[in-house]
Order: sequence, then C-alpha cells, then structure tokens
Amino acid sequence: MSESAAARRPEGWLQAREEGGALAIAAGGQWNLRTAQRMERDVARFASFKGKSATIDLGAVETLDTAGAWLVHRLTDTLKAAGASVQLINVGEAQHALLERLSQLNAHVEIEPPRRNVFLLIFERVGEGAHEIWIEVIEALSFLGLAMISLAKLLIHPRQFRARAVVYHMEQAGLNAIPIVALIAFLIGVVLAYQGSMQLTRFGAEVFVVDLVAVSVLRELGILLTAIIVAGRSGSAFTAQIGSMKINEEIDAMRTIGLDPMQVLVVPRMLALMITLPLLGFIADIMGLLGGAVMANIELGVSPGVFVERLGDAFSPWSFGVGLIKAPVFAGIIALTGCYMGLKVTGSAESVGRYTTRSVVHAIFAVIVVDAVFSVFFAYIGI
Amino acid sequence: MDSAGDIAIRVRGLTVRFGRATILENLDLDVRQGETLGFVGPSGSGKSVLLRTIVGLVPHQVGTIEVLGTELDSASTKERERIEQRWGILFQNGALFSSLTVAQNIEVPLKEHTKLSRGLIDELSALKIGLVGLAPEAADKYPSQLSGGMKKRAGLARALALDPEILFLDEPTAGLDPIGAAAFDQLILSLHWNLHLTVFMVTHDLDSLMTICDRIAVLGKKRVIAIGTVDELLRHDDPWIREYFHGPRGRAASAAE
Repeated sequence: MSESAAARRPEGWLQAREEGGALAIAAGGQWNLRTAQRMERDVARFASFKGKSATIDLGAVETLDTAGAWLVHRLTDTLKAAGASVQLINVGEAQHALLERLSQLNAHVEIEPPRRNVFLLIFERVGEGAHEIWIEVIEALSFLGLAMISLAKLLIHPRQFRARAVVYHMEQAGLNAIPIVALIAFLIGVVLAYQGSMQLTRFGAEVFVVDLVAVSVLRELGILLTAIIVAGRSGSAFTAQIGSMKINEEIDAMRTIGLDPMQVLVVPRMLALMITLPLLGFIADIMGLLGGAVMANIELGVSPGVFVERLGDAFSPWSFGVGLIKAPVFAGIIALTGCYMGLKVTGSAESVGRYTTRSVVHAIFAVIVVDAVFSVFFAYIGI
Repeated sequence: MDSAGDIAIRVRGLTVRFGRATILENLDLDVRQGETLGFVGPSGSGKSVLLRTIVGLVPHQVGTIEVLGTELDSASTKERERIEQRWGILFQNGALFSSLTVAQNIEVPLKEHTKLSRGLIDELSALKIGLVGLAPEAADKYPSQLSGGMKKRAGLARALALDPEILFLDEPTAGLDPIGAAAFDQLILSLHWNLHLTVFMVTHDLDSLMTICDRIAVLGKKRVIAIGTVDELLRHDDPWIREYFHGPRGRAASAAE
C-alpha cells in the first residue's frame, strides 16, 4: 500500500499489513480536504481486499475534517462490503464524535431536479404559454376597466385629483424627454428627405420630397417614434418604480392606510402621459419637418421658402390631426402597460427586471398594433 | 501553530471611513482560536462593517488585520486566496446563488478550489446538507423554493463546504422564529464541537449569545468597548452594556440560562 509521504510534506497516509486474513491498517497525517484527492485513491485500493477482519488505527491522524472523516467512513464501508469485520482503534474523542455524526447522514441526494422528457416539455411549455397569454389578456382588460373606473371616480370626486403627482410625471415623462424625441425626429426627417430625394430625382419630381416628408412624418412616424421612445423611457420607469414599491410592500401599506394604488399611482401617470405625449408628438412633427427641410435644402437646393410653400399645398389639417389623434391612445397604452406590469411584480428584484423588459416589449407591440388598426380605420373612412 | 500563537484573528488600529463618516476608529480585537465570539452593539455601530472589513469586502484606511498568522494587506494574491479558503461566511440572508440548486451551491467552492472526483464532491455536498440539518429533499431545490430558515442553513452548508477553520456569521438567527433560532444555536454548537471551528458571530439575539458564545465583544464609540465572558460583561459599568444585559430582555435571557 501507500508508503509514508509524511516526511516529504504534510500529507495523509495509509499503511497496511496483512497477517493471516487479518488486515492492520494504520492511518496518519493530514486527513482533510487538501489531501482528500489522494486519500480517495488510496482508500479505493482496499476494494479488492479479501479477508475476514480489519483494524483501522487512527492514532497517528493529526487533522481530521469532514472530508477526511468521510474517507475513513468510506474505508470502513469498503472493507465491510468486501466481507470483513472492521474495528476502529485509537480514535480521539472529537474524531469519534465527527465520525459518529457523519455516519448518521445521508450521502446520496439529488443534485439537480430530475430532467423531463423534452417532447413533453415542449408541449407543456406551448400549452402553458397559450394559457398565460389568455390569462394576461383577461387581466389586462380588467386592469383597463379598473383604470376607467378610477378615472370616472375622479370625475365624481374631483378633489381626489393629485395635481402635484400629475405635474411631476409630466416633467419626468414629458419635459425631460423633449431632447431625445426632438433629436430622433429631426434625424428621421433628414433620412427621409435624403432617401426620398435619391429616388425622386430619377423622375424629376424632386419637389415632391416635401410631400413625402410631410405625409410620413405627420401621419405616422412622428407620433409612432415618440410613442416608442416614451415606452422605452417612461413605460419602463413606471414598471420599475411601481415594481420596487411592490417588493418593498409599499403598495400593501398604501392599501391598509386606505389609499387606492390605482388612484395614487396609476391615474396620475396615465393622465400625465396622455397630456404630454400629444405635445411630444407635436414637437416630433415639427422637428421631423425641420430635418426634412434642412436636407431638402442641402441635397436638392429646395429653399426654405419653397419648402414652406409646397408644404402648404401638401398639408391638410387632417394629416396633422390624424397623427395627433392617436397620441392619447398610445399614451394610455404605454402608461397602463407600465403600471400593470409594475403591479404584477412579486418577490425579488430579479422580477422587477423581468417585468420591466416585458413592459417595454408589450407596450411597443400594442402601440404598433393599434397604429395599424388606426391606419385601416382612417383609410376606411377616407381621411 | 505559528507566530500568531492561538489568536485566529488579530485586528490592530483599524479605521474605516465611508466618505466623511468614520464608522470604526482605532479598533483593536483578538479572536482566539477555537472560541465562539459574539459581537453585539447598538444598531448602526458598525458590527457588520467590521465583519465585512475583516473578510475584505470593505476597504479600511488605517490598521492591520491578521488572520491565521497572515497579514491580509501585505499578503500576496496567492496567500490571500489560501486564507480565503480557510474561512467561511454566512451572510444575513444566505446569499445563495439563485440559479443553482442547494447542492450545486455547496459544490461551487469545492469545484473551484479542489480537484476532488465528481463522486466525492457530490457526497461531501450531501454530507454538508445533512450536517446543517436540511432534509435530503432540499438538495435539488432552488433558493426561491426555500423558507428563510432553510436558506440560512443552506448558506451555512456552503460556508462549511471547504471545512473552514473560521466561520463568520452575520446575524444567523435574525428572522427565524424562536424554535428555529434555538435549533440554529444548537447546530452552531454542535459544529463548533465537531469541527473545532473558530466562530465570529454578529448578533442581536441575546439567547444565542448566552447559549453559544464563549466570549462577547461589545462595539460602541467606533471601537470595541468591552470583551469578555457573559459574567464579566454583566459586571461591566458602561451604561449601554448595563442596559443591554440588565434590561428586561437581558434579564429574561440570563434567567433562562
């Protein structure tokens, strides 16, 4: 068996002498986690032992931690499994207590939850997903209803109106969003004019670039982009704010004090967005036109005067109105999605992150779907 | 042992500042090898900060910290790593990795720092689960499926994974019901006896102080104002200590003893 390595460096060792079927094993040195890798191999060698009895002498063991003690336990088990009677001798009091404690424990547990059949899992997940979507639709609709009721209550009891909160959120979600909204709208105007002029010059219809920019920015892009930016900026912020309040049990505290979270948290955010999103959309429209005018001037030499004149022809008040009419609806979608997801947060901070992501994705999705519905509707009534 | 004699943790002249606020100033502390030292002090006195400073999570401005004979500031990265494997820390809420099961949590340090066979690692993690009194069924559960008390036990099992010589406990019984807390106290006692641990425990729990601590240190005025056995502290004349041990709760706990 293993020769003593104790002389070289602090190690554990096992020595065995066999006398007529009786095995005398002496263990010594360090029996701990650091030496366990080697000791495990040494212990395994005894699996082939064929004798009647064995004694294990722990007298020379200097340190014994749980890993070491477990290997001693394994050695005993290995020998017993080979059909020998085993006796431990020279066991210190503390060592005995540790060995005793370990022998009572269960050494086999499931490390991971059992794996399931992949095909079953796929079916299960699809089913669960479909069910979840259904539940979510119903919940979202009831939340919309609840928000409408809260708004109606506000009409009956106007004194409950939280002007300060509304103004605060108008500043956060509206005023502070102006630079980014303006910049993006301007750049979109530039891009539209540039790409449009490339195509239109081929037909000698350069001047129609004004119509192109005006119609696309005013009817669609201005408000749609604004809604997407606000969903990313403010919808997510609503979810994160309300979600962390939920985790902090602030929402529960509110309810017990007799404050209605719908009235305190949801309605002000919704009103603030419904007021500011049309204004932001208006700014986006103007900036988009400005971007288009700048590019038309640089690329096609359309002077600002000509641009405005042409704009007057292309522009019908309706194309302006068609864009802005959608704004409050988008605002409601974004605010309600943000608040709804925030109120759904449970448990941990991780859940705040998950619902914030969902809030943005769902809000943008819903905005685009509703925008498409609007387009069809406007085409139908012929505006 | 070595030059440190039988001192496991030696702190000298420790000062910790956060910005302008001084949390600990010129603090001295000796933790003897094999003892269970309880740390008490008013809320906000910096007990947890001291614990976190010793294990290196909070930087200190002045002073030296020597653990198991190695001075941590001047130690090389390698020496430091070696010391880090000789201590285990139980954080207040267990601090389990949420994406891993209990058994996998315990296996993290074993896989990282040892070259043991897969089978032995699995067995050792199972042993640790049993050692801290968790049912085998808890092994393949994720932390989110566990109660607060079970999380603490699982955190303790992970702290014990490398068979450390020093165990740091940050409010181990906070948030447990009295029965759970008493069971946890007994668990620490039995581990202390079975594994010869040095235990450094921050706590508010008078019962656990009385039950399992060999000595108690009191933190106040940014340093250790008293350290000694329960009996010694009972005779101490600092007003806060008197209030602490002779107040209604203190009397109840010592009466129970």
